[in-house]
Amino acid sequence: MTLLLSVLEQGLIYAIMALGVYITYKILDFPDLTVDGSFPLGAAIAGAMISRDLNPLATLPICFLAGALVGMCTGLIHVKLKVRDLLSGIVMMTALYTVHLRVAGRANLPIYNKTTIFENDLVSKLIPQGLQKFDTVLIVLVITVLVKYLLDWYLSTKSGYILRAVGDNEALVTAMAVDKGTIKIIGLSIANGLVALSGCIFAQQQRFYDASMGTGTVVIGLASVIIGTSLFKRMTFLRVTSSVVIGSVLYKGCVALAIKLGFESTDLKFITAALFLIILVLGRDRKRKVKTNA
Amino acid sequence: MLELKHISKYYNVGTVNEMCLFQDFNLSIRDGEFISVVGSNGSGKTSMLNIICGSIDIDSGSILLNGRDITHMKEHKRLEKIGRVFQNPAMGTCPNMTILENLSIADHKGKSYDLRRGIQKKRTDFYREQLSLLNLGLEDKLHVKVGALSGGQRQALSLLMSTMTPIDFLILDEHTAALDPKTAEVNMELTNRLVQEKHLTAIMVTHNLRYAVEYGNRMIMMHEGKAVLDRSGKEKAATKVEDVLGIFNEISVESGN
Repeated sequence: MTLLLSVLEQGLIYAIMALGVYITYKILDFPDLTVDGSFPLGAAIAGAMISRDLNPLATLPICFLAGALVGMCTGLIHVKLKVRDLLSGIVMMTALYTVHLRVAGRANLPIYNKTTIFENDLVSKLIPQGLQKFDTVLIVLVITVLVKYLLDWYLSTKSGYILRAVGDNEALVTAMAVDKGTIKIIGLSIANGLVALSGCIFAQQQRFYDASMGTGTVVIGLASVIIGTSLFKRMTFLRVTSSVVIGSVLYKGCVALAIKLGFESTDLKFITAALFLIILVLGRDRKRKVKTNA
Repeated sequence: MLELKHISKYYNVGTVNEMCLFQDFNLSIRDGEFISVVGSNGSGKTSMLNIICGSIDIDSGSILLNGRDITHMKEHKRLEKIGRVFQNPAMGTCPNMTILENLSIADHKGKSYDLRRGIQKKRTDFYREQLSLLNLGLEDKLHVKVGALSGGQRQALSLLMSTMTPIDFLILDEHTAALDPKTAEVNMELTNRLVQEKHLTAIMVTHNLRYAVEYGNRMIMMHEGKAVLDRSGKEKAATKVEDVLGIFNEISVESGN
């Protein structure tokens, strides 16, 4: 039970990050490694704010904006300085390592017994005693679903359409008299905003910030997106964003299962890589099938 | 009115492969003209279109659109009043978006892509009506992804999309070359109809000499960065495929091809 709860909690928190990766990887077709830096940046800002007893609710918009700013920098490096997509992400990811360390002040910042979005007067008043075990997962569920619907809404606007068009066919966007660079920057901003928001919530759920928190985030994000999109490809009633959220929970479930089977937590990165490889190979197989059918 | 004045363009400047594409190239296109451009590979047809659109820079000269200098205007700014259809049907549409979504994007060209709903219900009927004019049955496939359509259908859709908003100029870059003869014919007829109905000024590069002769009211033959043949009006109307082919061969022999 506890295991299931923690899978759900973490899966849903990481789902917000996966939605960000979905924007860059699937929509913009931009392999964005900034994610490994913007995730712990969100965690560091949350840690710094909460350890100073600031309002935990304020951490959410602030982290989103900080992430958006970081994404904008990656976009500017790529578009204005004409650095390759992968390299612009690496530049930002490396620089951010210092930034989030500075923000947090040290490599490990615990925030036990502080007021967080999960532990405050409002939550203890609203959620009855018997359900206390579920308060974290309920709060996370509300936030993730809200973020998912906001993203769905955005993607159905004109601005969202042109964002999707940039990843699909850049030439068309230029033909529509729109600067494709600007659109990419907007997409990267939204994506990294979501990633930082996810890091912010993760730090509050874990009750600490750690400098190494971000390592491998992009792989988790990609795995979630690929699981979600390839597993539920045929279920047209499911929106892609919903598939990504479910993909994230499934991925966390796989990792939890591996640990349950007796692997050490030091094996985690290897399991992650192995899982990712399996997913990539299976995902590709499906694509080939679709092609031969068509 | 579009004017290309004293255009010069060199490739690989300063290397042994230096190549002069255009040297003091001049062309003016009057409103309402439908020009077909023919010429061998490497004669500068597509480069000319790229220069007009701003996809490639020029070394010297100027480009004027309705008297306004657009030489240093960015590509996407220029394309606000220019429509372009490419040889590759995939270039003019978004494959992973539905027909409806593609048309909605095209419908908003020149306006701002803001946070209002992407698809306006009241416009859908208009899209359906426009699609039915293509006679390809696309009006019943509004929610089908464009990637699932055939090349001919996609090209017809590209044509519709690029002429949806008021434009000063339509550029057709061998837009029937990748299609089978029957589909090419359908698309060429459609092009002609759109140009006539919307009174567009158009320039069409083609390798199909029959299309070049049959359609349009002016014809240019390019060779080594120059317009070696320029016929319009009655003279163009009297031109036959055999004449063009004759001149074409003559030039080719001269340049040793």
